[in-house]
This record gives sequence, C-alpha cells and structure tokens, in this order.
Amino acid sequence: MTSLASNPTSYSLEDFHGSRSRMRKERIVRAVLFTAASTSIVISVAIVASLIGEAWTFVSQVELAALWTDGWFPRRGMYDVKTLVSGSLIVTVIAMAVAGPLGLGAAVYLSEYAPATVRKVVKPALEILAGIPSVVLGFFALTFLSPVIVQRLNDEATQFNIAAAGIGVGILTIPLVASISEDAMRSVPMALREASYGLGARKITTTIRVVIPAAVSGLVAAFIVAVSRAIGETMVVFIAAGATGGSLFSTDIFRPGQTMTAAMASQAAGTDQVRGAGLTFQSLFFVGMLLFLVTLVLNVLASRFVRRVRQAY
Amino acid sequence: MALTTPASLGGGIAAEQVRRQLTGNRSDVSGKAFQAILIAALATSIVILGVLVYDVAQTGSGTLTGRLGDFLQGSLRSQAEASGILQGLRGTFFIGVFTVVVAFPVGIASAIYLEEYARSTRLTRFIDVSIRNLAGVPSVVYGILGLAIFVKALGSFTGPDAQGRSVISAGLTLAILVLPIVIITSAEALRAVPAELREAAYGVGATTWEVTKHHVIPYAAPGILTGTVLALARALGEAAPLILVGAVTGFLSGGTGMSLDSLDERFTAMPIVITTWAGRPGADWEQATAAAIVVLLAVVLLANAIAILLRNRYEKKRG
Repeated sequence: MTSLASNPTSYSLEDFHGSRSRMRKERIVRAVLFTAASTSIVISVAIVASLIGEAWTFVSQVELAALWTDGWFPRRGMYDVKTLVSGSLIVTVIAMAVAGPLGLGAAVYLSEYAPATVRKVVKPALEILAGIPSVVLGFFALTFLSPVIVQRLNDEATQFNIAAAGIGVGILTIPLVASISEDAMRSVPMALREASYGLGARKITTTIRVVIPAAVSGLVAAFIVAVSRAIGETMVVFIAAGATGGSLFSTDIFRPGQTMTAAMASQAAGTDQVRGAGLTFQSLFFVGMLLFLVTLVLNVLASRFVRRVRQAY
Repeated sequence: MALTTPASLGGGIAAEQVRRQLTGNRSDVSGKAFQAILIAALATSIVILGVLVYDVAQTGSGTLTGRLGDFLQGSLRSQAEASGILQGLRGTFFIGVFTVVVAFPVGIASAIYLEEYARSTRLTRFIDVSIRNLAGVPSVVYGILGLAIFVKALGSFTGPDAQGRSVISAGLTLAILVLPIVIITSAEALRAVPAELREAAYGVGATTWEVTKHHVIPYAAPGILTGTVLALARALGEAAPLILVGAVTGFLSGGTGMSLDSLDERFTAMPIVITTWAGRPGADWEQATAAAIVVLLAVVLLANAIAILLRNRYEKKRG
C-alpha cells in the first residue's frame, strides 16, 4: 500500500508488522486473555441458570397456601416467605442503625477533620476491621454482644436473638459505609470548600451545607451497598440468631429468628438427611433466587448513584 | 480557614490574635460538639475492633497456651478438650491453593484484557457490568452455584465417593467467588500505570503484549499483589458457600490427607469448624471456638496487614 518511490524496493504495510511469529504470538495471547475475560459472563449465566431451574420447579409445584402460613419450616412443607423477608428486613434495619451513623461519622471525620497522622493510623485499622471473617463476628455477636449488650437492654432476651445478629452485621458493614462515603466526600473539589470559607462559613457549616450535599449521591450509594451487603450476610445471623431448624413468623428482635440467607445455610447444613423430601431442596433455590434479585436491584441502583458523582466532578 | 499573617508578627501567636478578633472571642461550641461526635463515631468503630480481638484472644488463651500442639494437630472430636483443628486447617489450605491457582491467573488475565486490549465495544461493556454485578452477589448464592454445578452436575468428577462434596468443589466455588475482587483490584492497579510508559514502548515498535509484559505488569505488580492477597484473605474466611457445597459440619473421619488423591474426599474448613463449635453449648466449646478463631484471624489479618502495608508503601513511593 505505502510504496516509497525514492527507494528501489517497495514496502507494503505487511513489512511494518514485524516478524510473523511475533504477530502470531500476539494473536494467541489476545485470544487467551479474551477467554479469561469472558469467564465472568459464563459465571453470571451459570449463576442464573443454576438458580432458575430448581426455583421454577418450586414455584410451579408449591401450593400457594404454603407460601403464606405461620412460619418457615421447609422440612414440614411450610414455606412462609414473609418470615424470611421480614427477618432479613429487621436485621438490615438494625445493622444500618449501627453502621449508618458510625460509618458516616467516621467518614466525615477522616475526610474533613482528621490530621494526616491520624488518617495514616486509622484507615488501615478500619481496613483490618473490613477483613474480619463473618464467622468471627457471628461468634462475637453470640458470646459478647448478646449477653453484654442485648440481654442487659432486655432481661427476657434469649441467648440467640435477632438484635445481637443485627448489631453484628452492622459492625461488619461499618468499614464499607466508611470507605465509600469517604471516597465520595474526598472527591468533592477543594474549590467548593474554599468558596464556603471565603464567605466566612465555619468548618461545621462548610461540612454540613456544602460538602455533604455535594457528595450526597456517593453517600446514598454507600448506604445502598451496605444494605445489599447486610441482606446478603449469612454467617453472623446463622450463628447468632439461632432458629436453625425453622422459625415461626415473629417480629420480636429479642427472640431467635431467621433471614433468607440463614435459612439457606441451615437448610443446606441438613441436606444430608432430608434430600428429596417434598420441595425442601427446591425451596433453597427459590430463596436464593429471591436474594439474588434483591441484591442485584440494589447494586444496580448503587452504581447509578456512584456514576452520578463521577459525572458531576 | 487559615489566615496568613506577615511572618514578622511572629507565627502562632499572631494567627491566634487575628482569629480571636475575627470571631469576636466567641468559641465555636456547635463546631466543637460536631467534631466530638465524629471522633466518637470513629473511636467506637476502632474500639469495637479492639474489644473483639481482646475478647476472642482472652477466651481462647487457655486452649492456646495449654495445649497448642494438640489443638493444631488434633481432629474433630465430641469432647471440646480433645478436639483439634487439623482437618479445618487442611481444608482451608487447599481452598487457598485453589484460589491462587484458579482465581489469580484468570482474574489477572481478565483485568489485562479489559484494561490493555479491549476497545469499548458492547461486549466489553457487558463484561464490565457483569463483573461489577458478580462482586455484589451474596456469598451464599455462590454456594448455590457450587451446589448446582460442582456438586450435582460435575459430582462424578469432583468427588465420586463424596457425592461431589469435596474440597475440589469448595475450592472452585471460592475461586469463582473472589474472581471479581481479583479482576477489579488488578484493573485498578493497571489503570494507575502512566500512559507515557505505554506510549514510549509502542513508539519503539513493541506489540501490545510486549508493552504489557515488559512495562505495564512490572509497574502494576505491587497493586495487583495487594488485590490478590486481599482476595485470598476473603476466600480463607468465607463459610456460607462451603456449607452449601457440603462441608462437614459434624464429625469427619480422615480429612487430613495432604496428597492430591485426597482432594475428592469429604472435607471441612476453619470457618466451618468455628461455625459448628460456636453452636455447641458450654464454656469448653466456647474456649475451643475462640482458640480456632485466633488461629484463623492470625492467618487472615496477617494477609490483610501485609497487603495494606504493601500498598501504602508503593503509594508513597510514587506519590
């Protein structure tokens, strides 16, 4: 294509590609990397496919009356969805009551107030808190939060209770709330703060009326991600809320209870004995599907909000 | 906030005088209170961490100092005083191996493709969205995936004698669980590589793979390493998917083999041991559970701390 007239030999584009073996290597590497990248799609499809089959069997065969009874006892054919959904909601509300103020407060301090030296020590500490496995928090909720905090608030609280589990889940989500909120506030341009100070505003006024409103989409995103995480958290509730066999519908936070996730875990922990008994096994996939859809919607919402922050600044 | 004063007036004192004059000597009560609340929120979070570690270490110290050797080398028993965590350690070790062998290469390769090769087509955007969604899927749902695919569909391959409920199924499930974390953190590390580095290499005629291999990956290596270590720590501490793929929650005979032949037998892992013991009544079991937690925390938090230090060090170096 590109022939150079002054030169006796003419060149084509091919000559600039380098040796053929180099080109071949490049193509092979590219193909391998692409295959690796596409596994994510395969996994997504596999998750949906593995949920949908059995979940559909459950939905099409279950009697509708069994979905709205007194409690969640899959081994006795009682699949009261509202028990699990309300359990998940209650745990999430308690968790957010703990993680919301603590995480947001920590984030505001780290982003707006903390001296560099404090940040340098505290941020890694929060990240370590984020790395604590959920089984550890489950044990902590059962052996510390329940007797030391919850049972002191209410004498009649049982050892296994929803309140302790909720607080445990909340502790687990503090670092998540703190780190996403802090990122959101730090991405607010300095110019906004300087303009506020220039008008004579105090630090508290600048923080509350300028920085936080400017970062609000990020803060909402942090909250939604934390809610999604709290709904999906399994082990804290499984260990600390008891009710492994099943649970009557109840909204009492000082008694044992069940969430969608814990119900799945406790059911699977016993699939050895009951496999094939009615729709017990299928109900696991039905709850999984429900959980998957709820968290999917929340995550899509959160990423919308995050994108809004990025577009603004 | 800061008022600049001529240096001749003498630093701090002058600044303080100016501040007083401007504020009319009033002190900012609500501002101070607000700051105190924020500090309290942060301090509470850190104190909780401290209490947690202290409480667990305190409860577990008896077992750990009294019979550490027995505890690490013993098997699951019906008596707390005789129980050990060897089977749990073995399961957790193999899960770590699967994560390193499966999730790391695939995750890093995936990140390289998305950052260095992919143009913004509909397909790559779809891949990107699916990775982000996978990162938010609850771990127990990955357990369902493992149950449906590795245990049921591929059971004859992953564990013919254990009906698929083997450490192979568990390892693959957790490798898939942490894959999005590996991809996202590696992609971030690759994105932080300056474009000049790539342009210089392309300028002398390197192919994309040569640029990536010789310049981009070495530069991004610390960041990638940090992400992979965090992912590994996550895999080691995860319990919910293991329950679904059929980790043994009661008693397990065997389950200590370290050979590759033993990979298709039934298994348990540290988080599962902790879960099971936590559910048993009595102070003995509580102490044993706490001791097991200390061992797991030591491994997981050490990995986390290394990753965080590594990242902070390189962040500082490169400004």
